[in-house]
Amino acid sequence: MLSLPVLESGMLWKILTDSWSPDHGRFGILAMIAGTFYIASLSLVISFPISLGCSFFMQITHKGIAGRLLKKFVQFMTAIPTVIYGFVGVFLLVPLVRDLFSHGSGMSILTAAIMLGLLISPTMILFFCASFERVPKIYTDAVDSLGATSFQKLLYVVLPQAWPGVLTGLILAFGRAMGDTLVALMLSGNSVMLPTSVLDSARTLTAHIAMIIAADFDSIEFKTIFVSGAVLYLMTGLGIFLARISGRRME
Amino acid sequence: MKQVFKLFPCFIVLSIIAFTAGIVCASELDAFKGEKGVLRIAGGTAHIPVMKEVAKRIMKMNSDIQITIAGGGSGAGIKQVGEGLVDIGNSGRKPTDEEISKYNLSMYKWAIDGVGTVVHPSNPVKALSGEQLKGIYAGKIVNWNELGGEDRPINIYTRDNASGTRDVFWKKALGKGDISEKANFVASNGAMKAAVTNNPYAIGYVSVGYMDETVAPIALDGVIPTLKTVQSGEYMVARGLFSNTKGEYTGLAKKLITYLLSPEGQKIVSDMGFIPVN
Repeated sequence: MLSLPVLESGMLWKILTDSWSPDHGRFGILAMIAGTFYIASLSLVISFPISLGCSFFMQITHKGIAGRLLKKFVQFMTAIPTVIYGFVGVFLLVPLVRDLFSHGSGMSILTAAIMLGLLISPTMILFFCASFERVPKIYTDAVDSLGATSFQKLLYVVLPQAWPGVLTGLILAFGRAMGDTLVALMLSGNSVMLPTSVLDSARTLTAHIAMIIAADFDSIEFKTIFVSGAVLYLMTGLGIFLARISGRRME
Repeated sequence: MKQVFKLFPCFIVLSIIAFTAGIVCASELDAFKGEKGVLRIAGGTAHIPVMKEVAKRIMKMNSDIQITIAGGGSGAGIKQVGEGLVDIGNSGRKPTDEEISKYNLSMYKWAIDGVGTVVHPSNPVKALSGEQLKGIYAGKIVNWNELGGEDRPINIYTRDNASGTRDVFWKKALGKGDISEKANFVASNGAMKAAVTNNPYAIGYVSVGYMDETVAPIALDGVIPTLKTVQSGEYMVARGLFSNTKGEYTGLAKKLITYLLSPEGQKIVSDMGFIPVN
């Protein structure tokens, strides 16, 4: 609602497409939109296979002591505050990425996405586990008796059966990746350039809001953060919408 | 037992010394006796070391006084004190005429501070010309080997627009030149120091009061930014540290600023690496 004055002033298009350079009177948030999108998607790409594998391991192949131990560990991971992930990233991952690729400061889209992937995967794993649990046991027993490998079991029986739950987990994780502020703020470097590679530094909408709100109010910079918030809301909404549509297709 | 008795006179003498010393030291803090209440301070992050020390001494003397200190940058300090959200708004630049008239600010300058370029101590590059510095920040010089360093890209760090440190660095060191869009942003002087300390290929700028052995200062046009060169005026990238109040200062804010400007307060200022004004 507070973004209305900015919207009405006809600056919206300019804000959405221009670059960010307050020294020159330009207040565009395009780079931040791109940064948010890249980081959230990449973190999903990283964490989705890991989460799928983990939950399959825990729920189907190793239901015994190993699976339960891993599950306890994952549950423990959900309880770690994001700032801890941020600090671990700053002191371990950032120097590693910097030395490995010798490009940029190590504070990059990749770094933030890896850490964010680690942050959102427990949510996903626990959701996947719950939906795998709901797959009727006779189905999996039947597949076992047909002599299918566990990969075939996952692909042809468990995944199609548990798809709605998997989808919900994905949507939640995507929302969390988009909405997370601290990890992105601490690890992505916050530069205002339109990123061209995963090793570039970028700024997300949430980090942008956090930086401006901490430093400023009553200025055009401050007003644009409401537009940022609105855009963030729309992007998350769009993500959910697309996921729901694809979910309906699957059914 | 005998030992203890032998030590007893020493003890008495020592405690008398401590007591009188306490009285002498505390004299500047006498103004805070019998006071009560909360004092909120926010703004420039360069001010924080001094503010913290002052607050610590006051609160130790009189535990009925509570002082909260927040960062946020000079712009935020000026606006927050103007809007009445805090009692003292610190700024590392002089508030603009517009800000002064809009908020009816009173400014109290209690220190002079330099803003120096810093790199990682392992970096062989220890001196730059003004042109080179401008080139780096504009994104024209992108590799340390162009300056005689390693063959690694230069990682630029900068502050957000509300920062008084950025303001003075941008005006006086960069001559209002461009700052590359590739620059990483950090939110405070402390964060800048941490970023440069942890990155061997970084370049950034901090308040001289924040410099220590974890970062290496860069000589700009042959002048190393230190307390001495800033004081003598040789090093030009300097600014005043201000505490601003809405209207004339009153109450606790007045007492704190008076204390800052007293000999004892000014000693804290110089101990923390800034140049006292009195």
